Amino acid sequence: MESIGVLMACPMNSYLEQQLENRFKLFRFWTVPDKSSFLASHKDSIQAVVGNAFAGADAMLIEALPKLEIVASFSVGLDKIDLAKCKEKGIRVTNTPDVLTEDVADLAIGLMLAVLRKLCESDRFVRSGKWKSGQYVLTTKFTGKRVGIIGLGRIGMAIAKRAEAFSCPISYYSRTEKPEIKYKYYPSVVELAANCDILVVACALTTETHHVINREVIDALGPKGVLINIGRGPHVDEPELVSALVEHRLGGAGLDVFEHEPEVPEELFGLDNVVLLPHVGSGTVETRQAMADLVIGNLEAHFLKKPLLTPVV
Amino acid sequence: MAVAAENQSQPPQNDLPYVLILKPPTAFSIFGDHFFHSPKFQFLKPFESPLPLPQFLLTHAQSVQAILTSASGSVTADTIRLLPRLGLVVTTSQGINHIDLSECRRRGIAVAGAGTIFSTDCADSAVGLLLDVLRKVSAANRYVKQGLWSTQGNYPLGYKVLGGKQVGIVGLGSIGTEVAKRLEAFPCSISYNSRSKKPSVPYTFYPNVVELAVNCDALIICCALTDETHHLIGKEVLSALGKDGVIINIARGPIIDEKELVQCLIKREIRGAGLDVFEHEPDVPVELLALDNVVMSPHNAVCTTESLEELRKTVVGNFEAFFSNEPLLTPVPLDDRPHSSVAR
Repeated sequence: MESIGVLMACPMNSYLEQQLENRFKLFRFWTVPDKSSFLASHKDSIQAVVGNAFAGADAMLIEALPKLEIVASFSVGLDKIDLAKCKEKGIRVTNTPDVLTEDVADLAIGLMLAVLRKLCESDRFVRSGKWKSGQYVLTTKFTGKRVGIIGLGRIGMAIAKRAEAFSCPISYYSRTEKPEIKYKYYPSVVELAANCDILVVACALTTETHHVINREVIDALGPKGVLINIGRGPHVDEPELVSALVEHRLGGAGLDVFEHEPEVPEELFGLDNVVLLPHVGSGTVETRQAMADLVIGNLEAHFLKKPLLTPVV
Repeated sequence: MAVAAENQSQPPQNDLPYVLILKPPTAFSIFGDHFFHSPKFQFLKPFESPLPLPQFLLTHAQSVQAILTSASGSVTADTIRLLPRLGLVVTTSQGINHIDLSECRRRGIAVAGAGTIFSTDCADSAVGLLLDVLRKVSAANRYVKQGLWSTQGNYPLGYKVLGGKQVGIVGLGSIGTEVAKRLEAFPCSISYNSRSKKPSVPYTFYPNVVELAVNCDALIICCALTDETHHLIGKEVLSALGKDGVIINIARGPIIDEKELVQCLIKREIRGAGLDVFEHEPDVPVELLALDNVVMSPHNAVCTTESLEELRKTVVGNFEAFFSNEPLLTPVPLDDRPHSSVAR
């Protein structure tokens, strides 16, 4: 398969890069000085694109690669891939579901505990020496708090299962109610926000869910409410969120994703009720390896004309 | 807190019985010293007096029927002997290692603690610290807030928390049980060491902590501090835990040999640690301050607004019951060894 051209959209994982290099003819898109002339000269060589949460395959890239057969994403989210265009051209698309579900759910709970129990702030307090002068850090109980989940897919369900172990009542919003699920359903995100203490974004990013967390939802969540985002940055109207936090109209936030990564609004840096992470939801050694193996497995299956492991399109 | 030394020489304001506060509890710093106010008793505050404690106690010996103390205020046999009318010691902690229980037993003095009101908050802290250490939450938060994500690129990967892993709980009392219940949802396998095996629990029992450490990826310390558990976690246990292992302590600092722990962390002989308690609080080994694989908190695992309100009701309720000759709310049994495995 060494003659098959694979275009890697951006740096994402050195193990994956090595594996792709060993098996295919790998093109590293980020090292190319002039992307449009590169595409013009290599358009007939590239049969696969490997993307992730930061860069994938938009309509322009797809149009530029007439021999493109498959887009394999090193992520479960598909918002960087023009799925309609892929369907139209018969291009296969795969992602990495399931292998990262637990890590993302673990991190969601980790963020909830970090925000409510001020773990980062407490650690900073000890390191600064302030404990010696008799000061204290007062926090808020997590057990029993109402958790509202937007999107009850694999990740949303895994978050619910964990939060239940802390006796947290679970409620959710989803495109349609799931009658087999015992959690309380709310038909709108605003109503969900008004009835929970911690609101978690766990749905896919689509045109419908863009800025699903807006001023109205933030107001409904309120000055004692906490927002946790382990979805995608564009789920949240970021300037609205920042002003709500700065003006104390929202109680706190735990954010793993942002609208313009790796740029993070600096106004959030000094807030001790806000925990900021550099998009590490699936960022463990074990899970990134499993995701890489899935990408390779899907590409090999496709070119060997076998069934894809985790097809989306 | 206003110092009112001149009040000490005034006669009692009324007929209310006296409770001596050995050391101002943390709740006073947070909420003010009316936090445990009741119309049924009044407080004596030796820390507001210029007299040294023994002299203060001698002066007020006949008035003191009860003591309010906290985890850092030892109630020694010497103190107890200076107070012939002492009938009750109430501590704001769940742990009782700082009270001379045999002297209380000898004198027929009742002891009351926080009962199990702090167990869920302690368990939440333990899980929060474990998640933080393995997923580098505090370290990555620092990285982002220093503006390094946009200048230095992606943060190093963390480690899968618990899926398929083994967690060992040292001490399966009220707190240990709450920790186990939470971790099972992640999901992970729970094993434990306790003074005796508990036949009704589904977790694997190991008869000693070294064997427990050999067989797990993370150790969570939830036991009481007693003579037997002092420095229970030393070089042997930490070696058994190994270089991929993590230790979390929300119980008492002296359960871990702190010097050994520091060396293991510096040399990366264990993966990391989450610590709410230390041997010589509020002093923390300076070597830990430079490490990214350690997450620390200032003994505040129980300091939530909700728990402190529960504490207020419990403390006030215990004193009011005592002074009305009614049963205490959260008595500590003194007939045998300390209340099983509660750590705070």
